[in-house]
Formats: sequence, structure tokens, C-alpha cells
Amino acid sequence: MSLKKDTPLERIVNGIYTENPVFCLILGMCPTLATTTSALNGVGMGLSTTIILTMAELIISLIRKIIPDRMRMPAYIVVIASFVTIVDFLMEGFTPGLYKSLGIYIPLIVVNCIIMGRAEAYAGKMKPVSAFFDGLGMGFGFTIALFLLGSVREIIGAGTWFGMKVTPASYVPVNIFVLAPGAFLVLGFLVAIMNKLKIGAGRRVGVDPALGNMCGDCANCMKLGLCSGREACDAVKEAVPSDNAVTASTTPADKKEGV
Amino acid sequence: MEIIMIAITACLINNVVLSQFLGICAFLGVSQKSDSASGMGMAVTFVLTLSSLVCGVIYKFLLIPFHVEYLKTIAFILIVAALVQFVEMFTKKFVPALYEALGIYLPLITTNCAVLGVALLNVQNDYDILTGTIHGFATAIGFWLAIVILAFIREKMVYNDIPKPFKGFPIVMITSALMSIAFFGFAALK
Repeated sequence: MSLKKDTPLERIVNGIYTENPVFCLILGMCPTLATTTSALNGVGMGLSTTIILTMAELIISLIRKIIPDRMRMPAYIVVIASFVTIVDFLMEGFTPGLYKSLGIYIPLIVVNCIIMGRAEAYAGKMKPVSAFFDGLGMGFGFTIALFLLGSVREIIGAGTWFGMKVTPASYVPVNIFVLAPGAFLVLGFLVAIMNKLKIGAGRRVGVDPALGNMCGDCANCMKLGLCSGREACDAVKEAVPSDNAVTASTTPADKKEGV
Repeated sequence: MEIIMIAITACLINNVVLSQFLGICAFLGVSQKSDSASGMGMAVTFVLTLSSLVCGVIYKFLLIPFHVEYLKTIAFILIVAALVQFVEMFTKKFVPALYEALGIYLPLITTNCAVLGVALLNVQNDYDILTGTIHGFATAIGFWLAIVILAFIREKMVYNDIPKPFKGFPIVMITSALMSIAFFGFAALK
């Protein structure tokens, strides 16, 4: 599947499949684990993040030329935090039930690695239309991942799906899947299944299929949240041949110039 | 007595990483070696305690008097970002030994959701400034404990033969699940 780069469709496919933020990039773990106690909570979290991500990417892309390079991080944070506050109020007013069950994780969207990562890696460099669809694609990818995780946990752990009973009456729900350990366990297995599929299909030339689309070391990466994608990562590796992850991660400014 | 209970709850029973899922990025990212994990834990303890204090003060003496509580998300994230920068500059100049130990971890803490999460929880639970600071400190100790334990396990795990699809991230998740189950035992302390 080869689509023209940076077109709306390519961006959406990229966000949902090629660079799925949860399964491939391993970003945004806190809300992924914390809010997927049920399918509904997962989808609610995913959609609110999608709205914030899309709007923040659009605005950042529009103002990218007037933000001085040194001030870009604080500027991004203010844009993102403003949208989070707006969504926080809207949810409190219109979906009070969901607002209550997501709780503190709504304001915490501010520090969601996906949003900062995409702002830094994509919206800060690209035209508004591409950035908008990149946000949409990444948001949908995130929502789908949360929906999957929430569904598995809710069905196994409570025997229901979106609140409806789906398992036979003789099934005893395994409570631990709704509790904290279940989140880690289900996500671990879902990523392992994804890896297995990729190894089997052996697609994407030049990329170790087990490692996904970034430099391949996301789980051990020091700069989670400031990730600028595979190209930037390779550039850092060339610049720092000793493979010193610590040095590489503390100089995001140098990294940017290297791209 | 109540403060001690809050501290134990924040540190062990409601462990910040293993039951509240805050600070997962750092928990996964810096837990390959035990000494860097310990450094990260130390840096988080330092910043979290300080930021709980500063956010508490600003909320009480600036946001409440002007009736702009709804700005707390924006205010807190900026305070955390500025504080981290300030701590970095301060330690670099005046406590070089501490800077050597914490330096590389400090910039990463800005995106650590545990810091912002604790500041928001303090407001949500109506803690006063002292309780809030102790809550922040205890939470950070809990983070430190969890990340060091995971780092020790991962150091041993290097020698194990793990199925290929589980290498890297998935096996760490499953390890965390087991740790999380173990931490459930602390619930009996309540």
C-alpha cells in the first residue's frame, strides 16, 4: 500500500495503522491504561483526545511561522492546555457521567505524549490541512486502540460490552481485568499480537517488522513524548554514533537542526 | 495521623504507577538499568515535592482570590515547566553534584504526568498546602520504589529467552501487571 505522502487519506491511514500511536509508537500510555476499564470510557477518552489533538495541530500549524524556535515548547503547551480546558468544560456540561468516570484524566490530556509528540514532529513543520488530517488520523488510531483495549477488558472482566450483557449467564467475570493489573496484561498481549502479525506478514522493507515505525526502541526510549519520528531518530544515531541515548535525548534543539 | 494515612495510601496502596497509571512513560523509558532508574526516581521526588508546594501556594493565593480556578490546568502545567527549568539552572549553578546526578532526567519530567496529576489531585481532594506537599512526596517515593523494582527485574530479564513477539514492550507490560498484583497486597494496610 503506497499512498502519496501528506495527503489527507494517507495521514488517516498512517495514524490508524502504519504509525498507530498506541500499538506502534507506544505513546500516550497513561490514559490508555487508566481509562479503558470499559469500552465506553475508552471511546470517550479517545474522542476527546481526538478533538484536542486535531484542533491543537491545526492551530499550531497555522501559527508555526510566528513562534520563535526557542519558545515553541511553551507556546505548544499553552495552545494544548487551552483546548483541554475547553473540552473539560464541554464534557462537564454535556456528558456528566463520562466526565465523572474519566475524572482527573481529562485535564491530564495536556501531558499526553501523543499531542506534544505530534505537535513537535508534524504540526510544527507542515501545512494546516496536512496537520489537521494528521491529528484526525492519530486521534482515530488512538480511539480504536482504546476501544479495543476497553472492549477486551470489559468483556472478560465484567461480561458486558457498552453496558450490555454479552456473555452467557454461566460465565463468571474475571474481575482482575477491570482492575489495574488487567490493563497492563491486556495491553502487553495486544502489542504482542500486533508484533506477531507484523513478523508474519514481513512487510515494510528496511524496517525490522517487530520494531514498528520509529527507531524501534520506543519502549526503552528516553525521549518519549518528544519523539520526532524515525527520520529524526536515524539522524540522531548518525550524529551520535556511540548510540548514546542519553546524550541524544537531552538535545532536542540539535536534533531538530539535524533533520 | 490522617497525614500518615494519606502518605501510606499514596505511596503503597494507591501506587502512582501501578494503580493510578501516572508517569508510565518515565516508568517504561528509564527502567532499563537500576542506577538510572534510581536517578529518575530521585529527580521525580525532588520536582514532585517542590511542585506540589508551589502549585498549592499559587492555587490558594492567586487562583482562588481572583476566582480563576478554571485556569488551573494551564497554570499548573506552566508552573511545572518553569519549575523544572528553574531547578535545572539553580542546581547547575549552586549544587553541581546534585546536577550531575539529576541533570539528564530533569527535562524529561516536564512531560511526566505524575507531576501534574498530583497537583490536580491535591486540588480535587481539597488538601491544604502541607498535606498536599506530603502527598506529593509520598507519591514520588511510591514512584521511586516501583521504577527501581522494575529496573532490577529488567536487568535479570536480559538473560531470559523471551518469545520474539513479546520482546521489549509487551514483556515489560506483563511484568508490570504482576507487580501491580503484588502491590494489591498493601490494600490490607488500610
